[in-house]
Amino acid sequence: MPLLRIRNLSVDFATASGAFRAVDAVDQDMETGEILAIVGESGSGKSVSMLALMGLLPWTATVTADELSFDGHDLLNIAPRARRKIVGNDLAMIFQEPMSSLNPCFTVGWQIKEALRSHLGLNRKERHARAVELFEQVGIPDPEKRLSAFPHQLSGGMNQRVMIAMAIACKPKLLIADEPTTALDVTIQAQILDLLADLRRDTGMGLVLITHDMGVVAETAERVSVQYAGQKVEEQPVGALFATPHHPYTGALLDALPERATEKKLPTIPGVVPGQFDRPAGCLFSPRCKFANDKCRSTPPPPLGADMGYARCFYPLNANERIAS
Amino acid sequence: MLNYVLSRLLTFIPTFLGVTLISFAFIRVLPGDPIMVMAGERGMSDERYAELSAQLGYDRPMYAQFWEYLTGVLQGDLGNSFVTKRPVWDEFFSLFPATLELSLCAMIFAMALGLPAGVIAAVNRGKFFDRALMSTALVGYSMPIFWWALLLIIVFSGNLGWTPVSGRIDLLYYFPDPTGFMLIDSIASGQKGALVSALRHLLLPTIVLGTIPLAVIARQTRSAMLEVLGEDYIRTARAKGMSPGRINGIHALRNALIPVITVIGLSVGTLLAGAILTETIFSWPGIGKWMVDSIFRRDYPVVQGGLLLIAVMVMVVNLTVDMLYGIINPKIRKR
Repeated sequence: MPLLRIRNLSVDFATASGAFRAVDAVDQDMETGEILAIVGESGSGKSVSMLALMGLLPWTATVTADELSFDGHDLLNIAPRARRKIVGNDLAMIFQEPMSSLNPCFTVGWQIKEALRSHLGLNRKERHARAVELFEQVGIPDPEKRLSAFPHQLSGGMNQRVMIAMAIACKPKLLIADEPTTALDVTIQAQILDLLADLRRDTGMGLVLITHDMGVVAETAERVSVQYAGQKVEEQPVGALFATPHHPYTGALLDALPERATEKKLPTIPGVVPGQFDRPAGCLFSPRCKFANDKCRSTPPPPLGADMGYARCFYPLNANERIAS
Repeated sequence: MLNYVLSRLLTFIPTFLGVTLISFAFIRVLPGDPIMVMAGERGMSDERYAELSAQLGYDRPMYAQFWEYLTGVLQGDLGNSFVTKRPVWDEFFSLFPATLELSLCAMIFAMALGLPAGVIAAVNRGKFFDRALMSTALVGYSMPIFWWALLLIIVFSGNLGWTPVSGRIDLLYYFPDPTGFMLIDSIASGQKGALVSALRHLLLPTIVLGTIPLAVIARQTRSAMLEVLGEDYIRTARAKGMSPGRINGIHALRNALIPVITVIGLSVGTLLAGAILTETIFSWPGIGKWMVDSIFRRDYPVVQGGLLLIAVMVMVVNLTVDMLYGIINPKIRKR
């Protein structure tokens, strides 16, 4: 049984000007101990699908799915009270902005011990010992002293370490990291990614890494899911994805990497992600795709098979002659 | 922290001087003349008028009178009342506990209802409870306080006979008042039923005086909560699997309290002003009623001294509020 199984997940937001589909028919599987990266530009729905899993979406969102299960629990039709026993315990999440994700009115120690009390029921002494242990585990120096610090007294990198310590406090089976390094310095980014990879290795938890940074993906992930405008357009193991991308969007993303540039001017993807009012009738990427024809513009392509990385494309790249014929 | 307090105390000096000037000028620009009021209906001869005027110092130029007043104030001497001949300072502090007791009860009443109401309204934003509560709060805020008081008296004292109409305690009870707070003194007296009587007298004035602060606190709590509930750290708390009660009541409310205690601090000024009407209606022997009576009597020292002391109270309360910011949200302490 996979740790995480998502089938046909869609999320719609009610806005003043009608419904907006942020996540569109996404399938996703994940095994225990795996590192999955979800990549895509801003607005591609990568965070929203994971927030739906956590049950953290605002009330304006409607979540529909054929299946949304984690560790044998059906998270789609779960009662709020039962969900709170899983979320923060077996299923944890860290966020993009460590500075604003911690409550400014309470010490970081208080905030970490709170989770230990409600999920594990530890007493005061045990909580303190566990909090010190966790701070050591995530590489916070002088943990005894740091526990009584307020978030504003710590740096961004330290706060992200606190967030990670808080997330792994109850030894989760799956940790979702939503752009954990975007708000941090480059040197700190590498430290945090190393920390997450080490923790995954030591604890055997699964790790979902949401990012728009292909460099982070190449360094950390095992499997990559590429999302575009709410749809999953391709999924492959990391090596294969970088070597033979099948969806033109993945290809264009990789071409835009500075490391891969062959010309003086970096290639870009023209245009922007379609919004609420300019959603194309056919393939969502067709307005920006250099290979698109009339068929692409009128008919939405269904996902291909595993050998083609589930690419949603009529004319996948690197397909040899098998499909084109 | 100590530096902060000292620097805040320094800003008191210009405010204090301004308040002395305004309170001094306020009573003098009112039409009327204390000596004529003293004379009553019989009138007074010109010689006697000049004699009294010289005796009280009113024949001297304004700046000289102000200087004399100011030097007196700085030495802790607010002058004596024309009517009772007692020092203003003594009169103020013999009456102030009554006002303070009423104001504290009104504030506790307003906070005890206003904070939860605001939180519940924010959590149920847009739903029936929210709309009903906020409309009620608007009505409470807009209601003329004397009309509301009379309405309550008619219903609860007149029709139902549950509460007394005026005063602080039944005439049956008599005991010394070392603290001036009727609730404490009635317990200390050990007389049976004294505390209940004091509470029954306190009930309606508390509701009347607390209504406007209640409405303000409820609305302010709601808007502050709405803002805080959208913050990232609330999402973090939910991601930790915390219960909604804990998230709203601890994580969010503590952050929302900053703007709320600001309006609570500012309400104290309103409360003392509101006390004038409330005390007059319920014959509550506090400084509000004392001030009104003194204005009618053109009792210059009492009005200017009383205004000054009330202003100082408000300043002290607001300083306390500023200190509370740093305790509630340590991030503010740094700035």
